[in-house]
Amino acid sequence: MHIPDGYLSPQTYVPLMGVFVVTAAVAVKKVKKEMSIKHIPYLGMAAAFSFIIMMFNLPVPGGTTGHAVGAAAIAIILGPWSAVLSVSVALIIQALIFGDGGITAIGANCFNIGVFMPFVAYYLFKLLRFKSHRPGRIFFASFTAGYLSLVLTAILTAAQFGIQPMIATSPEGIPLYCPYGLNIAVPAMAIEHLLIFGIVEGLVTAMIVRYFIKNESGLVYVFKKGGKNE
Amino acid sequence: MFLRREVKMNKLQKRILVFLIILVLLTPAGIFLPMVFNAGDAWGEWSAETLEQTIGYVPEGLKKNSETYSAPIPDYTLNEKDESTTRQSLYYIVSGILGAAITLGATMLISKLIIRK
Repeated sequence: MHIPDGYLSPQTYVPLMGVFVVTAAVAVKKVKKEMSIKHIPYLGMAAAFSFIIMMFNLPVPGGTTGHAVGAAAIAIILGPWSAVLSVSVALIIQALIFGDGGITAIGANCFNIGVFMPFVAYYLFKLLRFKSHRPGRIFFASFTAGYLSLVLTAILTAAQFGIQPMIATSPEGIPLYCPYGLNIAVPAMAIEHLLIFGIVEGLVTAMIVRYFIKNESGLVYVFKKGGKNE
Repeated sequence: MFLRREVKMNKLQKRILVFLIILVLLTPAGIFLPMVFNAGDAWGEWSAETLEQTIGYVPEGLKKNSETYSAPIPDYTLNEKDESTTRQSLYYIVSGILGAAITLGATMLISKLIIRK
């Protein structure tokens, strides 16, 4: 899901970089408002967690690999804006130091994995939990939030790959960047995330959320309303 | 380290840190599992050479842009050509520790600059 250099055309990665920069500026303001000094170590550890979990490449037997991201759990526990900050830092370090994800695609990758995914996860969790504190309901809501947010992020990424042959071809009609269209990219990335990687993200999310609710529920962002605990 | 001086870790934070250390030591699973199940690159993350083998050509823009930048530690390995799986696992762990530590430090530094209360 880390788009490398060369797969997106400038008319795709430049606007996405713009959107990400604006979102990051908003995230800075929101984190300043919502978080206090006691959250700083959690933000750092959340970013490190996301970095590490993305190293666990999981196989589609005989096919491709993929991984969980951890962004859903971070969004539920520390809030979507904190997730934007921490996951984006992890993604930028991955691109700069380890060549995982392109430099030109930093905006796209941070937007997809660092912005879109945590917000989808956060609102899915809120919607599905529906103010319930029953452990079963919370498990279901956090699993589904993790599962679907990763799948939808994969589809968004696939759409960015898949529109390339439509918007960037040589005069002879040969693709200049990603050569696969939507008809190939979307099913390929959707299916692998639906069947394998999404389930792992869902389980990771459910287990982590459960642990924090049990041990430090005062920290859990999604339970707070106007600064007060529910 | 700047992390230590001002922030004293509580019990939960210590537990998370231990969890992260265990997790990073387990990362070679991310090399072994794909190997056992004969799985290759992530979708859309093929090198120009791999793409050429699959579709018979390298798209022009892709060829030009894929060499925009070369990272200091590409693919989380210190030596791509090393064929020993044991050493590759070690390189992977070293990359994981380094990357996670830098990510942790950078995020805390940024948060410190942002958060004032």
